[in-house]
Amino acid sequence: MDVLNNLILGFTVAFSLQNLAYCFIGVLLGTLVGVLPGIGPLVTIAMLFPLTFHLPAVPALIMLAGIYYGAQYGGSTTSILVNLPGETASAVTCLDGYQMARQGRAGPALAVAALASFFAGCIGTLLIALAGPELGEWALKFGAAEYFSLMLMGLVASAVLTQGDTVKGFAMVVLGLLLGIAGTDVNSGMARYSFGVPALTDGIGFTVIAVGLFAVAEIVSNLDLREAREAFTRKILHLMPTGKDLKDSSWPTVRGTAVGAVFGVLPGTGPALSSFVAYMLEKKVAKDPSRFGKGAIEGVAAPEAANNAAAQTSFIPMLTLGIPTSATMALMLGAMTMQGIEPGPQAMIAKPELFWGLVASMWIGNLLLVVLNLPLVGLWVRLLRVPYRWLFPSIIMFCALGNYGVNNNPVDVYLVALVGVLGYILAKLECEPAPLILGYVLGPLMEEYLRRALLISRGDPTVFFTRPISLAFMIAALLLLVVMIAPALDRFRASGA
Amino acid sequence: MGKFIKFDLCNNRDFLAGLLFILIGALAVVIARDYPMGSAMRMGPGYFPTILGGILCLFGVYVMLRGIRSGAKVKGEWGWRPLAFITLSIVLFGFLMDRLGMIPALVVVFFAAALAGPEFRFKEVLLLTVLMSVFAVGVFVYGLKLPYQLFPGYY
Repeated sequence: MDVLNNLILGFTVAFSLQNLAYCFIGVLLGTLVGVLPGIGPLVTIAMLFPLTFHLPAVPALIMLAGIYYGAQYGGSTTSILVNLPGETASAVTCLDGYQMARQGRAGPALAVAALASFFAGCIGTLLIALAGPELGEWALKFGAAEYFSLMLMGLVASAVLTQGDTVKGFAMVVLGLLLGIAGTDVNSGMARYSFGVPALTDGIGFTVIAVGLFAVAEIVSNLDLREAREAFTRKILHLMPTGKDLKDSSWPTVRGTAVGAVFGVLPGTGPALSSFVAYMLEKKVAKDPSRFGKGAIEGVAAPEAANNAAAQTSFIPMLTLGIPTSATMALMLGAMTMQGIEPGPQAMIAKPELFWGLVASMWIGNLLLVVLNLPLVGLWVRLLRVPYRWLFPSIIMFCALGNYGVNNNPVDVYLVALVGVLGYILAKLECEPAPLILGYVLGPLMEEYLRRALLISRGDPTVFFTRPISLAFMIAALLLLVVMIAPALDRFRASGA
Repeated sequence: MGKFIKFDLCNNRDFLAGLLFILIGALAVVIARDYPMGSAMRMGPGYFPTILGGILCLFGVYVMLRGIRSGAKVKGEWGWRPLAFITLSIVLFGFLMDRLGMIPALVVVFFAAALAGPEFRFKEVLLLTVLMSVFAVGVFVYGLKLPYQLFPGYY
């Protein structure tokens, strides 16, 4: 029983007092910040990430994973109580969760969301433990050509499946790749795009891009929106769901978990699409679909289970292949790279304590979420009343200070401001930032694999189409393109005629 | 007529996005001319950036042309005021951190950032600055043990 032994190893790592403490701090901070109105999980992670940079690799990743779950759960809490999803993944939860809150059933809605997430989290963790090593073993067969094609497919998927426009998604991927390869070229030692600034020879820091693009740009966008929101801040009378609530939400939870687990692994889809699909599925199988949107508990349980399962399983391609499937995973991948770990099959074999410790701490993190959130709901409700004018200067402070702390260099702070301006302009022009961050993270790897693949093939580009696994990834990328581009081209022709 | 089109393009969402992509792509290609290209078999440091810059320009042209055809506008107003103050606060922070120390830098961050918001309440900002500065010093200087000077000459 390899898996069992490995899990035991993982739990011994995760249950050390230090790692347990970091897991707890991560979950607590993640939820605390994630619950604050107008701050989604991406901003939370981008903002808190520099804190983990000063820790050793294992506790840093454990804390980061904790922040990730905490932030996700915090997002669900705001959807239910304020009707304000922190991110698209919890947008669906708003539909019925907020209605339940308005009917005075905010407590059961929050409790069911937490329990459904926990169930999904357990299954998701188990799937990582089972599928991770298998996939990793398969990936050991990959050469440079396979990795290049796989990354290309991942980037195509992220551009095609992004919420906004596909062509702009592609442009953002390319822009991200360019930003990613800035800095010293590993082969020739030449400093590219450093503009004579010594700090730039190391490239544009990962935290700079993440914080500038997601935190700073987002704050400016929020400030120019100024929309009124109605917070549900009445006292929550009873927290516990009734027996009927639990019975009604048990199958939706299972179905949601299944949907989420599948969608999490696919590149570019991630939690957002999975919660939407899970909700639609529940509506289809329900005896009385008209209850949905009016406070049906199934409408909370299924999408919450789905987005948490997807959040878990999206770790599988990231940890075993080094391919992030969403912007959040790109942040995690970037964080690992900064810790000197290149995720992939080699890392899994060379550092089993890291992989299995992380897997085990995911489960612990999910457990902590339930334990932490149910008693603290009252506190979260009070946090929702914090006005945005107190929040955003504090976030800016954290971003500036956190980035200064990475290298103790003010240049990083100036770059955050610059990337923030770029990010705001791009957001205003409706260019999604998620493909950019994926491109940024994969940029240096892609160049390296392209280089190696072409060196081995003596400059013959057909190598990507003659090796079977590589060909399969290329065909998948092409199919994605054809499926999504064809209707867009039709529209373009129609609009021009 | 010419003037009308020009005015129109200033707020044309996709025209501007395309223009931005073309500018960045062209800049990338031009700068990469200083780096050795190499061949497909032995790629030099200029090879990949040149390809990427070129592709970015092509996408830019497509997006730009589409913008001219569709004429879709940028939604809402540009938030120049929040953008200016937020950027200013971050830049000032970086500038002051090395010169005057953490506390003055934090005070400036809070006041400059707060000016970006729709309303500015002096007493609230002052209180926020004090509370968050104590918190930040606690976490970064005492918790994470980062060697920052707090005031000029005082560590």
